[in-house]
Amino acid sequence: MQARNSELGLLVLATIITGVAYALTGLGSSSANLPANIVPFLGIVLGLLLVTHLVIRWLAPDADGFVFPLAALLNGMGYMMIARLDPDLASKQTAWTFIGLGAFSATLLLFRDLRTLARYRYSFALLGVVLLMLPLVPGLGKNVNGARIWLQVGPFTIQPGEFAKVILALFLAGYLIDKRELLSLSTRKVAGIAVPNLKHFGPMLLAWGVALVVMVLQRDLGSSLLFFTLFMVMIYIATERFAYVLVGLVLFSSGAYGSWTFFSHVQRRVAIWIDPYADAKGAGFQIAEASFSMADGGLTGTGLGLGTPNKIPFADTDMIFAAFGEEMGLFGATAILILFLMFVGGGFRIASSARSPFESLLAAGLTALLGFQAFIIIGGILRVLPLTGVTLPFVSYGGSSLVANYVILAILIRVSASSKEDELGLSEIPEAERAAA
Amino acid sequence: MNKQINHVVWVIAACFVLLFVQLNRVQVFDAQSLQDNPNNTRSIQRVFNQPRGQIVTRDNTIVATSVPVTDSSFSEQREYPHGNLYAHTVGYISFTVGADGVERFFSDELVGDTGELAAIRDGIQGKESKRDVVLTLDHSLQTAAQEALGDRNGSVVAIDPRNGELLALWSFPSYDPEPLVSHDGAVSSRAFRDLAEADANPLLPKTFQEIYFPGSTFKVVTSSAALEEGDVTLSDPVFEQSDGYQLPLSSSTLRNFGGSTCGGTLTDLLVVSCNTAFAELAVEQLGPEKMITEAERYGFNREIPFDLKTPAVSIFPDDYGTLVTNPTDEIPAGIFENSAKLAQTAIGQNDVSATPLQMALVAAAVASGGEVPTPHVVKEIRDVTGEVVEEYNPDPFDRAMSEESAEQLSEALVATATSGSAKNIAIDGLEIGAKTGTAQIGTEPKRSHAWIVAYAGRPGEEAEIALSVLIEADASRPEQTGGGDAAPVARAVIQEYFDQA
Repeated sequence: MQARNSELGLLVLATIITGVAYALTGLGSSSANLPANIVPFLGIVLGLLLVTHLVIRWLAPDADGFVFPLAALLNGMGYMMIARLDPDLASKQTAWTFIGLGAFSATLLLFRDLRTLARYRYSFALLGVVLLMLPLVPGLGKNVNGARIWLQVGPFTIQPGEFAKVILALFLAGYLIDKRELLSLSTRKVAGIAVPNLKHFGPMLLAWGVALVVMVLQRDLGSSLLFFTLFMVMIYIATERFAYVLVGLVLFSSGAYGSWTFFSHVQRRVAIWIDPYADAKGAGFQIAEASFSMADGGLTGTGLGLGTPNKIPFADTDMIFAAFGEEMGLFGATAILILFLMFVGGGFRIASSARSPFESLLAAGLTALLGFQAFIIIGGILRVLPLTGVTLPFVSYGGSSLVANYVILAILIRVSASSKEDELGLSEIPEAERAAA
Repeated sequence: MNKQINHVVWVIAACFVLLFVQLNRVQVFDAQSLQDNPNNTRSIQRVFNQPRGQIVTRDNTIVATSVPVTDSSFSEQREYPHGNLYAHTVGYISFTVGADGVERFFSDELVGDTGELAAIRDGIQGKESKRDVVLTLDHSLQTAAQEALGDRNGSVVAIDPRNGELLALWSFPSYDPEPLVSHDGAVSSRAFRDLAEADANPLLPKTFQEIYFPGSTFKVVTSSAALEEGDVTLSDPVFEQSDGYQLPLSSSTLRNFGGSTCGGTLTDLLVVSCNTAFAELAVEQLGPEKMITEAERYGFNREIPFDLKTPAVSIFPDDYGTLVTNPTDEIPAGIFENSAKLAQTAIGQNDVSATPLQMALVAAAVASGGEVPTPHVVKEIRDVTGEVVEEYNPDPFDRAMSEESAEQLSEALVATATSGSAKNIAIDGLEIGAKTGTAQIGTEPKRSHAWIVAYAGRPGEEAEIALSVLIEADASRPEQTGGGDAAPVARAVIQEYFDQA
């Protein structure tokens, strides 16, 4: 229970940091007053976190005590920035946070032993692909900003791709653990590198195919890059074969080159990446404004509420990192980077100490997913790579993304709790499931 | 499997290090260039909604002010009560089209965002931190310059030779900044586009951003080179009367204005603006090196410090090839491959070009005893209570010649203004030195720039005002000359200065 107590302390700390930042945005705004709702705000934040903490105490008492406070702080800082940028969106984000924490608790409640999920791997594969393709169904799907990745359900827009990522990670973990022996068998060596039998390249080709289809049909470059990275990471960890990574890189490069050749929107992204200032009022506007915004921030930032991050298109979703750069400076932006690194470190620690290979692979895959997602969007903003729209996990505005990320968090918590219970001999595992794992 | 997980951890860590490095580039190392990017309107926007001080002339005429408005998303509207009169100095600050002039270069001072302790103290005391900027310009002189020049394209620069304070800085055509600062972005963008495409580029402050052939006004520089560097005094040597100077290593002959014959002492040469003798003086007595050295002391070929945008660089050509004939007693400078070019540059022809500001500095240097003052348009900064918080007294830019040489040169220029080509400028009761120039820049049709550089003071006292007037060449006024057309403009400004004093 030691972990729970640290968790409680860290949650209080996260609430204080979020509350102070939220108060500062009010002082920095044109009204120069504390936000009117600061007291209920702090109450709600603390209440939500405490309730969730109690749920963990009840359902996963031995789980890791760091990842949840880290996620809560990222969520809190994101909320603070969204409230500063667009108060209307902030109240929606509050609702999504409620739903997210609900999904988190439900996941913990429903899935007591994740190993049982491995056997449904093919169902997950099907479900994942269906979710991914759903927006393409006429009448259901919706085009937003050129990408067809949205579902309109009543007043809500849902991005099923966010959930497909989790589902596909479940499929991959199950499939790869089942087939890892076969996939790891090297039948020959080429140039000193052990090359597995060609017929086992199936999952790789599947990954490549799915990524390409998503990219072409939905124009969602960010998600396809993310899927591909997820598949590669999980195949590498499961098979312990670097050859797969090499083949994957070759496939990725040819796919990227091919789409660059054939699709004007890909060429445009690359051109903007190389020189956003050439058309700073047009195509390069988003990146140019983000750079100007962060340059204004300098070392210590303009101060919360005192900058002009509203000039950046999508400042509250994809580009939110630039808003942190402007108003909290290099120091604040670096703090966000460090929070992500700590979260990723915590996730991989959970993966390393998991009791079964399936849970280990699942935790590692989902952690890598969040880590690379943060890298892809921050790297896009900072021009380390071409900008492709994905959300900054836990921070950006976006319901589907937030809910899916809380489900991922619940899975990580469950994996760490199970490994502790196993260590302490607290859980009884049916023989059949042990075999499946 | 854990080994592979560790590898992935390292890859992600490396990715984040990459992000951190790039973050430093954007926020620290490249921050300045990003802020200076022409597409970046943030710095303007940032100051746009802060209370902004007034800009006033040295005699407290308000030339830029902010008035409260309610029909806009901004709380204040910038106004320029004198329209185009101060546009090239004061500039504008617009949400859409950026900023220029004092509004741009003293923006931090106007909003009190100078990071100094005083501003912090004001903040704590709840005192308004905005500041007023006081110009060195004088409203009556600026108005006199505008009226005297009328609708002829040209420039008038008046400067206090003792300290470099610009008293008038006018060039026509100018522009009205009012539509540029409209809160309606469409209005300001259209106004800016129209001005940018207009004839004669009214947006450009030609007094210091455009260079022109200075013609004979440049002989002041050549004369100071002779007095300072050559073995020349006002009485010796005496140049023979001549109507042509055979250019070295060339078959062409350089002629005087109107084909006249002239010669005599340095004073005589200045009084009648004798091309042939000045050419001979520069080529045979001085040579390229001394001429280049002297011109550069005045600021030619150099960036002159200025508190607005750095002035355009005035040019004195510095390539005259190698020595082909060794110095003799007759010709102590020797002859260079391109001495013929020096004969032309010494009288302000060929590729010599200067801003009107540069030529005003030439006059100021003679008037001030040889020192070239550092020109500036901002005199001081005052806080809202009227207390001066900052004064600008820049050190002289350089010394063009000794006090002794300056005195001799002044004597000759006073003679020029009394009985010579610049006698149209003479005003009873004042001691005025001047040199005219008429730089022909075309023959079909005939067109000439009309110039005068001058300075004036009470007899026996230090000169108080130096100026340059340029009336640009115009085919509709083919016969305009420095003495006939530029001199009366300078005279009007000098008259106004001493009338009000």
